[in-house]
Amino acid sequence: MTQLLLAEFTDQRRFVEAARRGRDAQYRVVEVYTPYPLEELHDELSHRESRIRPVMFVGGVLTAALAYGLEYYSAAINYPYNSGGRPLDAWPAFMLVPFATGILVAAVCGFATFLFEARLPYLSNPLFAADGYGGATQDRFVLAIECPQDGDDRSAVTKRLSDFGAISIQQVEP
Amino acid sequence: MTMALTIPAERTAGPERWTLPEARSLEAVNAIVAAPLLERSSWSWRAWWIGLCVSLAATMAFLVTVFLVFDRGIGIWGVNSTVVWGFAIADYVWWIGIGNAGTLISSMLLLMRQSWRASTNRFAEAMTLFAATIAGIFPIVHLGRPIYFYWLTPYPNTMHLWPQWRSALIWDFWAILSYILFSILFWYVGLIPDFATMRDRAQTRAPAIFYGALALGWCGSSRQWHVYEKLHLALACLGVPLVVSLHSVVGMDFAASLMPGWQETIFPPYFVVGAMYSGFAMVLCLAALVRWGFRMQGLITTAHFDVMAKVMLAASIIMGLSYATEWFNAWYGGQHADRSLVAFEFAGHYAPMFWALLLCNVVIPQAFWSSAIRSNVIAVFVISVIINIGMWLERILIIWNTLSHDYLPSAWRMFLPTVWDWLLTFGSLGLFALMFLLFVRIIPVVSMHEVRKLVAEGQSP
Repeated sequence: MTQLLLAEFTDQRRFVEAARRGRDAQYRVVEVYTPYPLEELHDELSHRESRIRPVMFVGGVLTAALAYGLEYYSAAINYPYNSGGRPLDAWPAFMLVPFATGILVAAVCGFATFLFEARLPYLSNPLFAADGYGGATQDRFVLAIECPQDGDDRSAVTKRLSDFGAISIQQVEP
Repeated sequence: MTMALTIPAERTAGPERWTLPEARSLEAVNAIVAAPLLERSSWSWRAWWIGLCVSLAATMAFLVTVFLVFDRGIGIWGVNSTVVWGFAIADYVWWIGIGNAGTLISSMLLLMRQSWRASTNRFAEAMTLFAATIAGIFPIVHLGRPIYFYWLTPYPNTMHLWPQWRSALIWDFWAILSYILFSILFWYVGLIPDFATMRDRAQTRAPAIFYGALALGWCGSSRQWHVYEKLHLALACLGVPLVVSLHSVVGMDFAASLMPGWQETIFPPYFVVGAMYSGFAMVLCLAALVRWGFRMQGLITTAHFDVMAKVMLAASIIMGLSYATEWFNAWYGGQHADRSLVAFEFAGHYAPMFWALLLCNVVIPQAFWSSAIRSNVIAVFVISVIINIGMWLERILIIWNTLSHDYLPSAWRMFLPTVWDWLLTFGSLGLFALMFLLFVRIIPVVSMHEVRKLVAEGQSP
């Protein structure tokens, strides 16, 4: 496994610049850790597009269809009950259960996809033990960079990052 | 005098409007929210303990009442063969209404990009969850034979029984169940990044493990934030129709009947607005208490009270319009039973309560036209309590007036509440307070990551 350099920033603007200009400055940004979402960096890191919404849609629609099927089966096939000549398949009255359960299951599917795509739960992430990470959930912006093998390259990258405004640079084993 | 008091809130544009200078850095936001939970020695919890004791006592009263209802039946209430619904149903509708506002604040305001919601949505969502849970207890307590409540679910059984899908009771069951589970999920997703902050701020091992487990290993990477944002927005989009359908179903519980005053197509939207109204009033009460209890004046500012009071003003006007529509339709429809019901509302046995309801819901909230009152926390708190009382009166009177005064004059009877009715109602308030107090002791009461984003937006030019 390659080693990582964690560079900690306090200033959001300088951090974004450091992350963006990695390619010109000869270092590869692996990941960024921020205390709140920074939309502008997502494209830079070429993550795969999330599939949360299609999964939610499919899960919700399938559940709604299943719920309606259950209502239809119970009221029109398994136990047809003539109540004042009302239609057995009373679709307007049957709409709510598929709607509510469909939304619930869509949400559950979304949450499951979220866990999968965000790689959670991951309680033993080695990152948590690294110095210079803890601030990323509070008020610091942390850049994870692939650590160059060569010592000269490493000191050059370290210097670049300091120029960009990194307040601390730590080397960690992933 | 601070700047925020001398400059009218509307004039300070941009995100700075929603925080005071002492809360305008990322670390300040974290410290304000996390300190009470993590630095317990430096924080006095005396008021909390007093509140906990009072709410525990009220919760005991609630449990005793519920036990008695299960043991002796609903005859211990003031219900009779004419007024077959009573406090349990009114409390149910009232609580579910309060349970709507958290999702409305979180979802609708999120979709409308109202960033000020950041410092109120967490406890509003908690309020939703607790209120909806309490609301879910009432229909079961109210059932004549509560031991059979599980017959509402479709499950394979030797009796070959299926739920009656056309019944509003079944709709209630599914709507509440889905809503409570959905709200838990929505709430928890929003909490994950904050649990991670708590984990990383914890000085000792026990809180670090506790919050660490709840955070699931959240690290705040751009990949995680990306999927988080996708999920959160998608849940918000689903939350709005779900919450509207929930209270529409409650409205249809009434509107699907043939009783005078209970056959109006206006009920579903009118119930939804009423729910938003009482829910916002409850959020404002809680906001005032949280702001005072946790010294969060920097995060929950008078500007928040100002905007939410405006929402309530709009809702109070819609409520007034809805009442007037009911009266107009009763007159215009020409049905004797309907007209007689309206006359009974204004001049019958429950008339003093009806006038009080109009005063609380329509007249007093007009004070919110004044910006001085809107940004006075105590005034907003008092009016919010009044609105909540007014909304409870509305819920009980929708039931009492119609049932006490239906088509057959010889069957007209009044409802006389017993001590168990009152204990059930006030006990449920105690249970709510108990859950809310436990919540503020354990979970960050304001969404730190959303306020951090708000603060950061204010700083970048």
